[in-house]
Amino acid sequence: MPSNTRRRRVNALIDIGLMAICILLLMPLLLLIANGFKTPEEMLTWPPTLLPREPTLDNFHKVFTETLLLRWIFNSLAFAILSTIAIVATSALAGYIIGKFPFRTVNVIFVLFLATAIIPFEVYMIPLYFQVKALGALNSIGGLLIGYLVMSFGIFLIRQNVITSIPDELLEAARIDGAGEFWIFRYIALPLLKGPLAALAVLAFFQAWTTFAWPIIVMTRKTSFTIEVGLANFQSAYTVELSLLSAASAAVMVPSVLAFVLLRRHFVEGIAASGMKE
Amino acid sequence: MLSRKRFWFAIVAIVPTLLIFGWVRMFPIVETLRLSFFQWNLLSKNKPFVGLENFIELFQDDQFLTALTNTAIIAFGAMAVTIPASMVLAAVIYHRTKSRFAGFYETAVFIPHVVSLVPAAMAWKWIFDAKLGPLNAVIVALGGEAQPWLFDPVLSLICIILLVSWQTLGYAVLIYLVGFRNLPKTVYEAAKLDGASGIQSFIFMSVPLLKPITLYVSVVTLISGFNVYAQAYVLASDTQGAPGRLVRVLVMDMLENSFQNFRVGYAAAEAVVLLVIVLFLTAIQFSLLRQKGGR
Repeated sequence: MPSNTRRRRVNALIDIGLMAICILLLMPLLLLIANGFKTPEEMLTWPPTLLPREPTLDNFHKVFTETLLLRWIFNSLAFAILSTIAIVATSALAGYIIGKFPFRTVNVIFVLFLATAIIPFEVYMIPLYFQVKALGALNSIGGLLIGYLVMSFGIFLIRQNVITSIPDELLEAARIDGAGEFWIFRYIALPLLKGPLAALAVLAFFQAWTTFAWPIIVMTRKTSFTIEVGLANFQSAYTVELSLLSAASAAVMVPSVLAFVLLRRHFVEGIAASGMKE
Repeated sequence: MLSRKRFWFAIVAIVPTLLIFGWVRMFPIVETLRLSFFQWNLLSKNKPFVGLENFIELFQDDQFLTALTNTAIIAFGAMAVTIPASMVLAAVIYHRTKSRFAGFYETAVFIPHVVSLVPAAMAWKWIFDAKLGPLNAVIVALGGEAQPWLFDPVLSLICIILLVSWQTLGYAVLIYLVGFRNLPKTVYEAAKLDGASGIQSFIFMSVPLLKPITLYVSVVTLISGFNVYAQAYVLASDTQGAPGRLVRVLVMDMLENSFQNFRVGYAAAEAVVLLVIVLFLTAIQFSLLRQKGGR
């Protein structure tokens, strides 16, 4: 049928257009990776080259041996993992209680969580900084963690899923069988919440991994930088050596993009849920 | 008896989270509000109550007003770019859901959103570089004139808007895709039978049907735009690397007042202004949504 071939042709054109847009969107990152393999001299040529003419690993060797990059990566990883654990644990417990125990006290607490959800971190980070300082926890992972122990959205997400996917009858049956409340939470509720908890974990990890404003005020010592702060400061120290900077950025970016591609499903689930909370 | 036991379990289980929440959220929020009425210069011991003086001074402070204007331009600029672009992109990706590249499209559009801000900003900094950057190379090759992208106050604002939009786009597309998947299919089939083209049904049906989502995405984009910091820090810092004065943004101004000028109360007042903006935007979203529901 002619209309069918026409439609196929239109779709092929759309695919080509979409492909072009996607490549354009990824271009800055691809260029950054390419720059990491260029020699410092090549970085200064005009017009700029797209692909390195004589690819070299020198930049990568240099950033890993001559800078604290590995240390910064370790700091960021430790912070992100601990923050993920804290957020998943607090959200699972609080979300479960709020979803399944509709006492008035609990509801009041929920409204309290809800009310602060829209307030951006930047609004209250200065007093929080002084709290961390008072504890003597500046420049430590623990101090950094204080800002990222809970996540209002995580509590909503789990509450929502508790209400929709854990039937009351199931809990009642367990109670009649004599199960304790904590046993029910641990062995009945948690397994049913695996999906949303995984989505929340991925969100929490990326949130901590990419945060910038908080670590830049709390972590001021070179050895305690997170990777974001380290790279931003690196920038001021090595302005001329763009190739080094690109190598360092690429070395950090590539694994996190790969992790995202692998975990995409969980990530998308979490983000999509954030749009549905209205 | 039984429900009493459950009540205590609920309380015991929720108390740790509640305590942490009070300690790291409620307390600093209240503290921000309180400090904004005090003059607290980190170096001196006493903290006199000054009422609204911090706020009055803020609105006569050129640096703050510049920061506020720049931040507002970035936030609204990024929204103006992101909303139409993401809506069209999501519509087209949704249209090609059955394509074998569908997964690739979604991933590619979303990657800029998950990449850390600093490496991403580095990539763009080179692209915009006046002397060595590919953007000027392309412009010159096409017969145009090289522009001092990051050295001109207006151009560097545009650069930041581009960078912010590039990062938000993936998020917005994702939310719109969810919206498209939830639209009633029957309406579209009916429109098709009546002879509506794909573009017509996009303009006359999808756009109005997706209004709540557009509202949500707009507010989220605006709020995150008002918190812009890392992008300006990396892109608009001068060659010595000192945090840029070229494009001063709200969070940058606030941190500078607090940690370089040691005027904590004053910085807290700035934070309160940011809070008021965010609350205002959220209130608009809610009232528009309610209006729609009432009809």
